[in-house]
Amino acid sequence: MSGLVEKSSFGGLRTRLLLPAWFTIGFFLVIPVLTMLVYSFLTKEFRGGVLWEFSLAAYDQFFFDRGLFGDEPPKIEWTYITIFWRSIVQAAVATLICLFIGFPTAYFIATRSPQTRNLWLFLITVPYWVNLLIRTVSMKFLIRDTGPLNHWLMQAGLIDSPIHMINTNFAVQLGLFYSYLPFMVLPIYASVERYNFSLSEASADLYAGRWTTLRRIVLPSVKPGIIAGCILVFVPSLGAFLAPDLLGGAKTFMIGTLIEEQFKGAAGNWPFGAAASMLLLTLVMVVLLFYARSQSKQALHH
Amino acid sequence: MKAKALDQIKRYPGFFSVAVLCLILLYTPLLVVMIYSFNDSPSITLWGGFSLRWYEDVFFGLEANKLRKAAWNSVSIAVMASICATIIATAAAVGMVRSGAWRGKTASFALLNLPIMVPEIVTAVATLIFFSTIGFKAGYATILVAHIVFCIPFAYLPIAARLQGIDSNYEQAALDLYATRWQAFKRVLLPLLAPGIISGFLLAFIISLDDFIITNFVKGAGVETLPTAIYGAIRQGIKPNIMAISTLMLLVSILFVTVSYFVGRIDEKKQAG
Repeated sequence: MSGLVEKSSFGGLRTRLLLPAWFTIGFFLVIPVLTMLVYSFLTKEFRGGVLWEFSLAAYDQFFFDRGLFGDEPPKIEWTYITIFWRSIVQAAVATLICLFIGFPTAYFIATRSPQTRNLWLFLITVPYWVNLLIRTVSMKFLIRDTGPLNHWLMQAGLIDSPIHMINTNFAVQLGLFYSYLPFMVLPIYASVERYNFSLSEASADLYAGRWTTLRRIVLPSVKPGIIAGCILVFVPSLGAFLAPDLLGGAKTFMIGTLIEEQFKGAAGNWPFGAAASMLLLTLVMVVLLFYARSQSKQALHH
Repeated sequence: MKAKALDQIKRYPGFFSVAVLCLILLYTPLLVVMIYSFNDSPSITLWGGFSLRWYEDVFFGLEANKLRKAAWNSVSIAVMASICATIIATAAAVGMVRSGAWRGKTASFALLNLPIMVPEIVTAVATLIFFSTIGFKAGYATILVAHIVFCIPFAYLPIAARLQGIDSNYEQAALDLYATRWQAFKRVLLPLLAPGIISGFLLAFIISLDDFIITNFVKGAGVETLPTAIYGAIRQGIKPNIMAISTLMLLVSILFVTVSYFVGRIDEKKQAG
């Protein structure tokens, strides 16, 4: 009982303390998202604005192809579905690359002495604090056809002609990986740090090999960290704009670039941009809901 | 003997190499840009000797005025947005962590973290549409408001984490001795909370400086921040002066993270000692 009372030393002021945050986020984020939802059901105007008339045209354009004059029987329109699917694949591949490099790194760091650990964590987090645009531009500079990487490889005699990397799927995945790697390392590190290594010892005593122990004992124990890391990389990758825009080309269009084009680029179709944003938001919320459910299930188990 | 055996079990061959590879991947692009920013040659491929000419170009060249204005916008927006966000987040953290259990607490938590959960591009689109619907002219003010919103959770999380680690007996004792709530907060809780507030502020500041997508959508014509100015410049290709300005921004970021790292360390030592 006393515990509850103690923790609410500012309980009476609760509403007044939280009101500024509720108001700011509610008025400048929740209401804008609802406005965007309304916009996605409006009619587009030619100069990039909207007419206040209800229309399903934006969603119709996304899913159906009715021919050049709109009078043919509707077929499924694959262009935008393909862009969404490609974004999901790109984000998933980037997440996997992050996992394969991030897990061993996080495990390695968590098994160092506390001093070395801090230094490693510091080194891993520094790039995250560097401006994302600058990081992406640096990557573009490095992997250009005439960039330093190709130059070194040619000088070393490993390749004869420059490898074409820019404007490929690989470049976009590399960019996404580079943008969000620390998000993978940190939660896994936190899980491994809490992992009780006497479990590994017990497993070894029972004649399990090192890799069997990793697969059957360590991995299941640190699963929450791995899932959290994957979510933290996958979700921002899905809506990424800078990596596909700067490192990719026309063939690597992703959701982020598609949406941007509706507002800033040549397309100038606000309702369609709003509809695509709503679909992206729905996708992300579904992923986050699944995550929240798996979390609460786990909490029940413990 | 036993300890050594455990050490053997903990170790996996190859993990060290992957960790080193990870560092190489993270740092190579940044180091390359840093090195090439000192390149004398206007060609961005060949090395023509060491020179500071691109730094001179950044500060005194043709685009110096534009860049200076953009830098001022970036810094002033980041300072104001992170101060506002930190104040709002501190109040919210006290309201969340020190208010016991109540209905709607989970919803309130979700609302506070909503700016992190909504993809940046969606926030950008929604904010643009909202401001254009209510007829608010895009410019400096719209950037500032948008930045305050997405900075709130980044300031909130470290502050709330810190507050959870502070025993509530401290402020309870002050209240028992007839301190007002404000006095208990200002004289007891605030000094204890300071490291959390500092790291929340620094995080919000960097996040605001870093933002490109949302700013690009709500900035309107004529107002630029450093990221949008750099983005505009690289549309015509990466020029060496861009590398110089990138290096400068890189150094500012590293300075920031180093400061926040040491603030954390000093505090850890204080608690230990």
